[in-house]
Amino acid sequence: MTGEAIVFYVLAAVTLGSALVVVTSGNIVHSAAALVPAFLGVTGLYILLNAEFVAGIQVLIYAGAITVLILFAIMLTEGGTGLGGRQRNEQALVGAAVAAAMAALLVVVATRTGWTAGGGALPPYTPGAIGQSFLGQNILVFEGTSIVLLVSLMGAILIARRED
Amino acid sequence: MGWMWDVLRAVAGTIIIFSAVAFIGVMFGVLLERKISAWMQSRLGPKHVGPQGLLQTLADTIKLMQKENIVPRRADPLIFASAVIVVPLAALLDYVVIPFGATRWGPLIFRDLNIGVLYFAATSSLVVVGILMAGWGSNNKYALLGGMRSAAQMVTYEIPIGLALVTVALMAGSLSTVTIVNGQARLWYMVTQPVAFLIFLVAATAEVNRIPFDLVEAESELVAGYHSEYTGFRFALFQMGEYAETFAMAAMAVTLFLGGWRGPVLPPVLWFVIKLYALIFVFMWVRWTYPRFRIDQMLNFSWKILIPVSVLNLVVTAFFVVVVRR
Amino acid sequence: MLLDWGYVAIFALVGAGMVTLPLLIIWLISPRSDYPQKFETYESGVPTIGQAWSQFHVRYYLFSLVFVVFDVEIIYLYPWAVVARSLGAPAFWEMLVFLVILVLGLAYAWRRGALEWT
Repeated sequence: MTGEAIVFYVLAAVTLGSALVVVTSGNIVHSAAALVPAFLGVTGLYILLNAEFVAGIQVLIYAGAITVLILFAIMLTEGGTGLGGRQRNEQALVGAAVAAAMAALLVVVATRTGWTAGGGALPPYTPGAIGQSFLGQNILVFEGTSIVLLVSLMGAILIARRED
Repeated sequence: MGWMWDVLRAVAGTIIIFSAVAFIGVMFGVLLERKISAWMQSRLGPKHVGPQGLLQTLADTIKLMQKENIVPRRADPLIFASAVIVVPLAALLDYVVIPFGATRWGPLIFRDLNIGVLYFAATSSLVVVGILMAGWGSNNKYALLGGMRSAAQMVTYEIPIGLALVTVALMAGSLSTVTIVNGQARLWYMVTQPVAFLIFLVAATAEVNRIPFDLVEAESELVAGYHSEYTGFRFALFQMGEYAETFAMAAMAVTLFLGGWRGPVLPPVLWFVIKLYALIFVFMWVRWTYPRFRIDQMLNFSWKILIPVSVLNLVVTAFFVVVVRR
Repeated sequence: MLLDWGYVAIFALVGAGMVTLPLLIIWLISPRSDYPQKFETYESGVPTIGQAWSQFHVRYYLFSLVFVVFDVEIIYLYPWAVVARSLGAPAFWEMLVFLVILVLGLAYAWRRGALEWT
């Protein structure tokens, strides 16, 4: 096993382990806090793929901003946040069975498919290369993003401020 | 065995940076804060431990190490204990991309990352999560209020900081901190970008919760804010996180606007330290000059003044750099 | 490039160790005493009333929503800033369109009172 593969499995284990805590923890704030190592694990995977700019975004936006957003969202819920809401119901077993079947199906599909592996090294995703592509062939996508951001901002304000 | 050498170098570098930040930065910084406060109020400050009270913080640290770590009965032990690691670690991670000086073999930096300033923004945003965890985990009303305020304040001031970083990146045409310092060989960006420099300094003060933006730990209303329930060495670690973040912000300001290690005659590292402590002095000076903001004033100031001004500054800079001068 | 991040990973791991190790040592050597009042939550010296974990105002959430949108906006500015100089005038106008649309968003939030701490 190469060093890169070892690092990949460690990162995958960190990500999946934290994700498991997020899903199964009875305390919703613990779930939110466990998101941080999960996001950081994904950051590591991005770095393994040579996408360091995306990795920076992952930490800045997800681990830094989205986690705070989620914590604020939890804090505005009614009643105590730390007192353990019910995370599971009677259908937990059925859900687990469905999830296991789905996972098994995905594994079968992934292993049976004849993937064509591209040869050679990964292209460097430097900020410069990303900027070139933003301002070059993907200019419409780039400007479209600002409209998406505008709409999401207006929508968020509209929904949150509806009462007054 | 080339990789062993790399690992060894990385471990040694980490230990050196951590110790330097802990001793030269945090411990000396706390002493300086007390001495300068005393000087501005016509007092003497710590005087008895060591020459001129030089060893006061060391004595305090040793004292704090002998104290018990109390976990309140109602607190959430897991979150309470992990917050104390997240805050100082996130603050110290900032130092990876800070160039401390230059030697014959190249710049003195832990690692010159391609995404330097973005990395800095990302790691310093992690501090917010630690502070919220501390506030919530304590299950103390003061701590939670302090943590919530702190998070609201820090995320608000992250945006002007980000815009200032982008402005400097535009001037230098790179995100790497070493390239940014090299771009200031002729003229400091403080001269060409005074607005961005001011915005960065103000937002950095808010980001590290210092006066006049210390409503997060306003002693008169919130005891000590998010770390009210922490005792002994855990309290010391929070203090360390706070001072490490203050020094990181000042070091970043030096790198971005004051030409980093560059300067005549004196060795580069010394120049860096001189500039760093000059900015730290400004932080302390501000502390004893201005009263505390109210929370609505604090938020208004960022959203309605700093952010529009920094967007405008970015547009004007871009016009001159991209269209006029090429 | 991977080497860079290997260094960063070692920095994070060794750093975490250096923060945790003193805590472990102190846990071993620190004195311990046990009386019930000590473990009470501090509330200015009077008996603690209720939980701190209560409902917070929605305005915290609103501010963080606006923050996330602007944080994402700044992310798009970084790659632009790196190449703008080499691409020249078109890069400026393209970014101006992007920024104007987002400033409209800020103006809308301002107008609707989403930036008021009420």
